[in-house]
Formats: sequence, structure tokens, C-alpha cells
Amino acid sequence: MTVPGTFASTARLLPKGARSTTDLAEHLQMHGHLPVPSRAGPDWREAFLHEIEASGLLGRGGAGFPAYLKLRSAATGRTKVLLVVNAMESEPASAKDATLLHCSPHLVLDGAQLGAAAISASKVVVCVPDDREYPGCWVDRAVAERRRAGLAEVPVEVARLNGRYVAGEESALVAALAAKPGVPGYRPDKSVPLSIGRQGTLVHNAETLANMALIARYGAAWYRAAGTGGTAGTCLVTVSGAVTSPGVFEVGLGTPISAILQEAGGLDDAQAVLIGGYGGSWAPLGHLGAGFWPGGLKAIGASIGAGVLLVLAGKACGIRETARIARFMAAESAGQCGPCLFGLPAIAGDLELIAEGSGDEFVLDRLMARCGLVSGRGACHHPDGVARLVRSALATFSADLAGHLRGRPCAWAARPTALRFPGTLPATAAPPERGTSQKARAA
Amino acid sequence: MRLRVNPQACDGFGFCSELANALIALDEWGYPVVGGGDIPTDLVGVAREAVRSCPRRALELVP
Repeated sequence: MTVPGTFASTARLLPKGARSTTDLAEHLQMHGHLPVPSRAGPDWREAFLHEIEASGLLGRGGAGFPAYLKLRSAATGRTKVLLVVNAMESEPASAKDATLLHCSPHLVLDGAQLGAAAISASKVVVCVPDDREYPGCWVDRAVAERRRAGLAEVPVEVARLNGRYVAGEESALVAALAAKPGVPGYRPDKSVPLSIGRQGTLVHNAETLANMALIARYGAAWYRAAGTGGTAGTCLVTVSGAVTSPGVFEVGLGTPISAILQEAGGLDDAQAVLIGGYGGSWAPLGHLGAGFWPGGLKAIGASIGAGVLLVLAGKACGIRETARIARFMAAESAGQCGPCLFGLPAIAGDLELIAEGSGDEFVLDRLMARCGLVSGRGACHHPDGVARLVRSALATFSADLAGHLRGRPCAWAARPTALRFPGTLPATAAPPERGTSQKARAA
Repeated sequence: MRLRVNPQACDGFGFCSELANALIALDEWGYPVVGGGDIPTDLVGVAREAVRSCPRRALELVP
């Protein structure tokens, strides 16, 4: 297998950076045609699955589940399976899937074709949010290019679905594709595959599939050459907030958080970093030496989530900002499960009282108890994410918290939000890459 | 055996807690909280009754 000489070790998914798009001609020049035989038999399937397993590729949608296991469970040889590409990117602070669809749509579509061949899928559906105009257009354009080029492929459809926060959860996605309300389903046994009527489905995140397109061409050993520590490959990270040049960056897994922030121009008077996304956790600056990979982040109580690093400026109130996020997340609850429907507004309310400095003497205990009460009691993990975010905020902003609890909130608590995420980034970022998230209402 | 709540189906009627208050508490919003652990043998009958009583069929007894 030949590896293109132009491949810098971490410029794989975004070979030309996070701004410029790669059309089909360029893509084929760079990577050549997809190594799928016209009739993909069991031998090819086994070889492909083996390579994905050896690569150690983890799903990039947030849960970090091994991509191989998901593929294997769907690769039963049964026909009428639907391959679903999840590019919903419902996490407001993330722009990586949109960036990937803009810069390297053909890697995503290649990955979808590979996945489809491996599970004998009869169709591919790329799911994009309907509240952002561009991602769907980029996929449409790339699909049309491939059709014009006469590539013999499994048909690809683009589904524009409601882009609310919980819509990207895979059971919500499949429900929406089945023309049901796009809300998460109760799945006590996650190994039971999701299906639409009698049609089985396999849902993979767009970035996971793009990685498969590279692994199929260059092999697991090549894939593992990037990344440090106990993990392999590269990862797209959306860095925003109080950094000099916010954007989407591709880094080797295991890169220290501080080094990723340096790529974004370095910190600009910061006090903490939100890792993972709105359902992620805050980390103080002292934790930024941790490596950005599942094990490294676990050590500081965080996880990769959607690959988000959101830097909070020094002149801001972490408690107030977290209360805003909690309120947003409460509104984004699908409202199906009582503990989430009633618990998240209660948690947001407690945190708002603390932020204002008007909580009673029981407010902190009540808030902690409520965080414990909602965890693990929803059909999906939406309430767990909020509980985790709030707990991490209480720990990270503990010095400030003391003042708030004594009725003397910090000066920043009454200010408008200091959080800047992709939808509200200033004009320094090119609009198409940033998407046009309507989620700005959280601010 | 342990109890499991389907949170999507549960509407907080609270019959389960009424019948099996040793096993099921209600949270401040009226939704059942079940411990994840094994149910003591002498309470399995009570647990079954709680499962049967649920108007939303949201409570399950699982191995």
C-alpha cells in the first residue's frame, strides 16, 4: 500500500486545512478509487472488517464505541440494511461534521460506500440538520459529482432532519427516518439493532466513516501511526471561545489539550475549558496537560464527546455560563421521561439562583441531590450529560462558587454570555465552514 | 431479579411505590426510583404485584 507523500501525519481528514473543499477529481488524484470490488464477497468483507478492527477506530459521534463492533453486528449478510451517516452535529459547540462535509465530502461518502458494502446495505442515507443550509448542499453536490462521474455505487440519499439537541442520538435519528418523531427511544439492550419496520440500520458518525475510507486504502498500521499514548489515529476538534484563532483542527489523538489550544493561536485570558460539549465537563487550566484521548481525558473526569474544546474567558462567570447551558439543555429535553422533563429545569433553576447569589442555605445540597437523581433515569443520556456538566462546574469554579453561595456573586454574573460557539463566531471565520447554527438561542 | 423502569413509558402514577415501598421510592416529581440491586427473595412477590399494577406497563422485573 502506498501512502501519499503529501500526507502530514495529522492532515488526513482535512488534507487542505479546515477551509478549502476537495472536489471529486482532486479526491481521486489524492487517494485513487475506492478499493471495493464491484461484487464485494465475504472474503473482501472479512478483510475489511479485520482492518477496521486492527485499526482500533473508535466512533466519533460522542460515545466512542469501537467502530468495528458496530460494523460486525450489522454485517450479518442480510440484505435490506440501511446505512445511516450521522452528520446531525446537534452539539452547538461543534462544527467538525460540517467542516468535514465541506472539506472532504468524498471521504465521508467513500466511507459510507465501504460500510454499505460490508453490511450489504441497499441504500445510504446521509442525515444533516435542517436548520443549517450548507451541510446538506455540500453532500448534494458531492453526490451529484459522483453520479456524473459514473461511479457504480449504492444509492445515496440526503435526509434533512430537525436539528434539535437530542435529534443526533442514533435511535432518534432512526425514528426520524421512519417518519416518527425524532426523539430517542428506550433501549435497555443496546445490542438490539435499530430498525425501520423490517429494515435493519447501521448508524455511523460522518467522521468515523471518513476514517474508514482511509483505513481501507492505507491500512490499520498507517492509521495507527498517528496518535500518541494508548490510542491511534486523528480526531477533529472544534476549538472556540477565548482563543486567538478558533476553528476546527485535526490532531493526533493523545495530543495534550494545551497543544491543541496552541494550534488555535493560544489562550486569550482564559480560566477554564469545556471539554466534549454541552453534555461534557469543565476543566481548570491546570488540567490542560492531559492528552486528548479517551484515557487521558478520563483521568481528569472528561471525555472526548463531540471533540469540543470551548475556552471560557477570564472575565466571565463559569457558574452563570453553566446555568445558561443547563437552561438550554432543559429546553432541549425531548420531554418523554419525567426525571429529565422536570429535573433539568429544576437543576437549571438551582444554578441560576446560585449565579444570582440568591440561593437559600440548602441550594447547593439540593442541586447535588438533583444531579444524582436525574442520572441514568432517562431513555437516553441527555440528563446524565447535564448532571456531569453541572458537577464539573461546581468543582472547577469552586472558588467563585463560595462567593455566590455567600450572596456575593462575582461581577461577571450579570454580564451577557462570554461563550462563543460556531453559530455565533465573529466574521473572522468563513461562513460556510462555520455553519449557521440556530442554537445561538442558548446564549 | 431486579426492577427496571422504562422512563419513556412511566407517567408517575406511583402505584408501584404504594405497593412496594420497600423497593421503590418516588422522587420529588413523583417518578419511581428503583435500586439497581437484587431483590431479596421475600420481596419478589411484592415486586411482581408492583409490576402488574403499573397502568403504563413501565415497570419490569428482569433477571
